Amino acid sequence: LTSHPEAIIVLPRHKIMKMSVLQEINPNVRNMKPLEYSILAGRLSQIKEELRQGVKKPYQEVLDVYMGDPHKGGVKPLSFVRQVLAACLYPQLVNSSKLPADVRQRAQRLLGRCDGGSVGSYTATRGIPETLIRVSEFITRRDGGVPSNPENIFLSPGSQWSLSILHVLLNPESSPRNGVLSPVPCHNTTTMSVTGLGAVVVPYYLSEEQGWELQVEELHRAMESAKGVCNPIALYIVNPGNPDGHVQSRKSMQEVIRFVSERKLFLLADEVYQDYVFGENSEFVSYKRVLSEMGPPLSDTVELASFHSASKGWMGECGLRTGYMELVNLDPAVMKHIFTMFSTDTCAPVLGQIALDLMLNPPQPGEPSYPLYHMETQNIKNTLAGNGKRAVEVVNSLPGLCCQPLEGGAFAFPKVYLPPSFIQKAKEAGLEPDTFYCSRLLDEAGLLVGPGTEYGQKEGTYHIRFCILTSAEIMEEVLTRLTCFHKQFMKDFS
Amino acid sequence: MSHQAANGVPCRGKVLTVDNMNPRVKKVEYAVRGPVVQRAVQIEKELREGVKKPFTEVIKANIGDAHAMGQKPITFFRQVLAMCSYPELLKDNMFPEDAKQRARRILEACGGHSIGAYSASQGIECIRQDVARYIEKRDGGIASNPDNIYLSTGASDAIVTILKLLVRGEGCDRTGVMISIPQYPLYSAAITDLGAVQVHYYLDEANCWSLDVAELRRALNAARQHCNPRVLCIINPGNPTGQVQSRQCIEDVIRFVKEEHLFLMADEVYQDNVYAEGCKFQSFKKVLFEMGPEYSSTVEMASFHSTSKCYMGECGFRGGYMEVINMDPEVKAQLTKLVSVRLCPPVSGQALMDLVVNPPQPDEPSYTTFMKERTAVLAELAEKARLTEQILNTVPGITCNPVQGAMYSFPRITLPQKAIDKAKEAGHIPDMFYCMKLLEEEGICLVPGSGFGQREGTFHFRMTILPPTEKLKVLLQRLRDFHQRFTQEFS
Repeated sequence: LTSHPEAIIVLPRHKIMKMSVLQEINPNVRNMKPLEYSILAGRLSQIKEELRQGVKKPYQEVLDVYMGDPHKGGVKPLSFVRQVLAACLYPQLVNSSKLPADVRQRAQRLLGRCDGGSVGSYTATRGIPETLIRVSEFITRRDGGVPSNPENIFLSPGSQWSLSILHVLLNPESSPRNGVLSPVPCHNTTTMSVTGLGAVVVPYYLSEEQGWELQVEELHRAMESAKGVCNPIALYIVNPGNPDGHVQSRKSMQEVIRFVSERKLFLLADEVYQDYVFGENSEFVSYKRVLSEMGPPLSDTVELASFHSASKGWMGECGLRTGYMELVNLDPAVMKHIFTMFSTDTCAPVLGQIALDLMLNPPQPGEPSYPLYHMETQNIKNTLAGNGKRAVEVVNSLPGLCCQPLEGGAFAFPKVYLPPSFIQKAKEAGLEPDTFYCSRLLDEAGLLVGPGTEYGQKEGTYHIRFCILTSAEIMEEVLTRLTCFHKQFMKDFS
Repeated sequence: MSHQAANGVPCRGKVLTVDNMNPRVKKVEYAVRGPVVQRAVQIEKELREGVKKPFTEVIKANIGDAHAMGQKPITFFRQVLAMCSYPELLKDNMFPEDAKQRARRILEACGGHSIGAYSASQGIECIRQDVARYIEKRDGGIASNPDNIYLSTGASDAIVTILKLLVRGEGCDRTGVMISIPQYPLYSAAITDLGAVQVHYYLDEANCWSLDVAELRRALNAARQHCNPRVLCIINPGNPTGQVQSRQCIEDVIRFVKEEHLFLMADEVYQDNVYAEGCKFQSFKKVLFEMGPEYSSTVEMASFHSTSKCYMGECGFRGGYMEVINMDPEVKAQLTKLVSVRLCPPVSGQALMDLVVNPPQPDEPSYTTFMKERTAVLAELAEKARLTEQILNTVPGITCNPVQGAMYSFPRITLPQKAIDKAKEAGHIPDMFYCMKLLEEEGICLVPGSGFGQREGTFHFRMTILPPTEKLKVLLQRLRDFHQRFTQEFS
């Protein structure tokens, strides 16, 4: 027996008394890197319990800005959306005057598209057919007229679920293993998905000093690094970036498209933050649009999956778990199999499908709900832009913290300078230095943020990620607590 | 092979083709939404466009979707959910106080007091506590630990997650998963998708689809020649067969899994759908614990439940949970890690599950209406189960076992040899050929038995008992007429 924790000890079958021992589970699952979050979540629960029991702390409640969760951060749900959902759930409301007329009409129309007039019925596999049409119309409008075929759209229980397209792309039996080029930094669940499917994550580093820009030379380097290790078959890109907040230029996107075409890679474009663009010279344009504008042969050949979600936008309905995926230029024979695979999940949650329909097809001027809808969404938009500005301002005023200009997305991802004495302490605690920083921030300031380790970063650098899609009050409180903690931290460890 | 296009740029084939895609996905089938159903959708479209057919509507008896067939939602549940969605309604006096209380409690447990916030990956804590209490009450007081409860996106999500966790190994060591023939094809699809080995055990059609441990043993021993069987999946009440396991049978299965070191997956989503006299649902967990510590401290299992079936029929919410028993703590940590990848299950589904496990109590205002609705739904299902069995058994060439529970009937059909030959000529499986013809001629959509598995040389179809009683009678009558015609045509 060896003491190495990862050693696989193969016992003869009759000696295996306990059924499910660690050695006996799916190695792909075992190899998935656990979330740093789980370390912090344990402590978070404890602190919450201590607060409940009246233990004295320098704060009365914990501020959790770890996830990109606007409602948790104090952003209110959109009234229109919630009213329609309520009426769909309890159709008696359709006939009552408690809700505005356009809300009732929408609910009625949407219920009419549900079997048995109930949101409790399954829908067609890819989603409610009318909603798929709405989604395709939205995409066409957004992309300046580039046509979108509803047959190529799949609604799913969230963008991470849409990543089951990876399931089709990645062949677990291939040798060498398949690889997926993935940005550093990148939100962690995607990399977990790739590993969980037995494939290799091939990192490409975004350039922090250039505002987290993607440089195509880096893509070439990444491909080189994969030689002899795996066979890359896809490139995953997040625009606007998570956690980095960079919004890609058209030029950069064209370079990516040319790159994937030359290298025969499938392009996975995660565009869930497309509504969050506040940088002065930034503009979101979809990969599909850029691809189309580049004309044939690229526009006819590059295979693309783009993702959007009801968790983002101004609705921020993370808890509903719904998103969509649009597939472009895929082989029709493959599409058939994708459909079959999706059908085993039956369908996306119906409330989420309805919310998505509303998100992409909001009240128009002249409709009764428009004024309130417009006011609420403008409010959130302005708050986000304000928070972004404020976050960068405050963070950059603190010694040892440096945040690149935020152009979009839902997070700030400042670099944190950690003194060697602190790094040593972290080692002693058995934690990554930035996780250790986050755990002290949680303990001492009641503020929960994500450590850069969770998302990947250049060796020797440390970062923290926090959500900026919150109410203005909460953002201010977050920044106050961070400031207070960090100033003390620098004193204690310099 | 590349060639130059007109503008000199080389053309190339697709990056993702049927040849290089994941070969396992290629083999996945799911009959419940398979070719017959897809054709039914087309026909419905044609009918809408005014195409003339021998029928004016397609009766869809292919999927266990109660609301689609006109079953009404439970009022109380929808009231609470409406208020959770739009909390302004809490101020309104159109809703009873007990509904308001539930809504407030759920919202209190949500981030930002909104069902739009992510929850913990394992599910909202107070809901898991409620689920544990429900299980304790259901199982006569046997303790349930909320930490062992994982809320999920329907039971299917939890089932696939456990399989994902357990499937490993190469060649002869590859994980074998035991599943019944016939089975609900999610299992075969997941097994195929994960590259596990499907080990089937036959249910005994002559004995009301009962499960015989001797058959389990036969299947296991045969499988050990070529794979490493580690999991036994059991659906109780059964899908598609509807059989409700006897106490004795459950005990025998538990003894079997203990002896053979198998992980037990108990799919109990139809636990309230029990109709036949003398049949009673008992959870595997309850029986396990009643068998004493020799079993209850060693057998490792997971049981699954869902908001899609029973009397709720709320498929569209994708609500569900699993309870894991005696799982190695290190493995459980891996399970917890695995469920975090998809962030969390739909919060509205979690909320609904909370109401299912925490329904109105006798002293609460909504109790009377709730019980009335619940009883009516289950009584109607029981009646339709009986009716279906009765009518199908009057058709020469169709034999139907009693529908003891669940939502389906899985009758055996005798097909004339000529029909079988004709089907095979056309490259079709005979019961698929039968179902397609039934669809085209009568507008009835069922799923061929081949989609669920059956003994070689036998044919079946699965139909739901969900259409409203009058429509069900029409369906059964047309089916009877069709079968007689079919038999004659191919005699």
